[in-house]
Amino acid sequence: MWAMIVKEFRQLRRDRRTLAMMIVLPILMLVVFGYAASFDVMTIPVRVMGPAAERLAAALPAPFEVEEVDAAAGREQAEMALRDGEVPVVFLTSASGATVLLDGSQLFIATSTKGALSTLAGRAPAGLTVDVEVLFNPDLETSAIMVPGLAAMILLFVGTVITSLGVVRERQAGTLEQLAVMPLRPTDVFLGKIAPYFVVAAVDMVVVIVAGTWLFDVPFRGSVSILAIGALLFLFVTLGIGVLISSVSENQGQAIQLALMTLLPQVMLSGLIFPLSSMPAGVRWIGYVLPLTYFVEIARGVMLRGAPITALWQSYAYLAIIGAVVFGLATLRFRRSLAPARARRHRAPEPELEGSAP
Amino acid sequence: MTWGVRGLMVRFGEHLALAGVSLDAPAGRVTGVVGGDGAGKTTLLRCLVGAVAPGWGEVRRPESRRIGYLSSTSGTYPDLSVEENLAFAATAYGVPPVEARARAAEYLERTGLASARDRLTGHLSGGMRQKLGVIRAMVHRPELLVLDEPTTGIDPVSRADLWWLIARAAAEGAAVVLATAYLDEAERASWLLALDEGHALAEGTPDEIAAAVPGTIRTSTERPSGDASRRSWRRGARWRTWTPGAAGSVAPQADVVRPDLHDAVTVAALARELAVTAAGGGAA
Repeated sequence: MWAMIVKEFRQLRRDRRTLAMMIVLPILMLVVFGYAASFDVMTIPVRVMGPAAERLAAALPAPFEVEEVDAAAGREQAEMALRDGEVPVVFLTSASGATVLLDGSQLFIATSTKGALSTLAGRAPAGLTVDVEVLFNPDLETSAIMVPGLAAMILLFVGTVITSLGVVRERQAGTLEQLAVMPLRPTDVFLGKIAPYFVVAAVDMVVVIVAGTWLFDVPFRGSVSILAIGALLFLFVTLGIGVLISSVSENQGQAIQLALMTLLPQVMLSGLIFPLSSMPAGVRWIGYVLPLTYFVEIARGVMLRGAPITALWQSYAYLAIIGAVVFGLATLRFRRSLAPARARRHRAPEPELEGSAP
Repeated sequence: MTWGVRGLMVRFGEHLALAGVSLDAPAGRVTGVVGGDGAGKTTLLRCLVGAVAPGWGEVRRPESRRIGYLSSTSGTYPDLSVEENLAFAATAYGVPPVEARARAAEYLERTGLASARDRLTGHLSGGMRQKLGVIRAMVHRPELLVLDEPTTGIDPVSRADLWWLIARAAAEGAAVVLATAYLDEAERASWLLALDEGHALAEGTPDEIAAAVPGTIRTSTERPSGDASRRSWRRGARWRTWTPGAAGSVAPQADVVRPDLHDAVTVAALARELAVTAAGGGAA
């Protein structure tokens, strides 16, 4: 056994990247995820509408944070603001009271709002009624928000983890050099490698959404094609990340570790589990550079709220930008993997030092 | 058409892998590159096919679709069947499917792989995989076929099959360049380049290289002592000792042997080693 332990330590010592990941990563994750892991909603952004909007806005205590007051707006505008994801809570005032409209697709904010309203109820002036109406996910079911998120996670898993093994497997099998000297352009190899994963992930996505809506009664209110466009964009990003990881990894172990390193932050910091609004700003910004954040936004927006593409254009734009950056880096790196090994340049032939062979 | 390299120099970090090596590979000829481990054979072949960009020197090779290459591994996919591996190569090289199937069928039949066409390559023996690798490299009838130690670790029967494929490729007009560490096998090549630590030791036909050995080689049952021991090596149960001098300068005697290729390459390596030592040990 001693021989085995020594051998393993020697191998581990030489695999510097793995060693660094084993030591640095847990500390980093503990700090980042420790701050991120919170279901507590500290502030609730609200919009106040209707004839008594000014008066109510002035009276709303914390945790409510009034973002906009619009006395001229009515029910239609309120629902539209929620559907488009502009704000999670709208106080719609009338002469006799107020109706609080909640976006049920933002589960934790909706729950916190209900809690905050119940404490406020005792302090409401006599004769003023406050009704609460939850839209898009009236029963505040967790499955309703998780199924679109799970669909995104499956795309992420197939796109990143499985693809990340592709190039490194070729390198370890010794077939990468063979590909490098074949009459194939790097883009042919690149696209050829990701195409099957793309198809499988797309099928996975359809199966998960159909099964999710059927088994868990999750509504699908929006347009299938709008979601499909978002899924395609997201898939390209995840496949690009997979190829990028694969082309910088020396072995399959490193590829898996790197893939997990990109997966975990996305799961934890994208708003899939913990609401982004609960995270401190120092951690929240990480969520805003992760592609899953935007696809979760798109999937929940389209499926639960029936949001149109105009309401989600920012998420599409960010996904496209991240996709362009990741795909560009992956292509460059992949090109390098297939390029001839560079020997050191010589200025001029060096003279033979020894006598000629017989 | 003659492919090849001229004045090739390759340095990886501080290690000089090739020091001004030249080699011609004309169409229809089997050119062998021989040498021990670390001689520079693989680097030379990788430069020839474009897998390594040399630091200095000229490489003449056809466009990539006219090159067939077997790297030091078989270059086949273990999770694809024999037929699927060949289909991939044929498609990548733009061989029409009907033509590719006919050619693959002939090669598989001739090399005893026909019955294994549906088996996963990962389940094949080393020799079968190696034969498949060579077939894969020549399925598109390349103008330049480069094989890195195709027969290493292969049994004699499979080796004969491989040589049939190699001869076939040359007969079809390919310039075949193959590396091998086996000198008995290298004698089957029409032209040889012997390498040692990145330097060209000798070049010519196997007979020419053997005939060009300077000095004499004597055989003995015991290893000679003193200075001569540095110039001696074991062949079978006996020892051979090289004495420098002009080629054919000693009259035939009972213990003087006529050098073969093995002796010639060994003497060339010894001569280089002695020259380096005499120059102060600073091998380039």
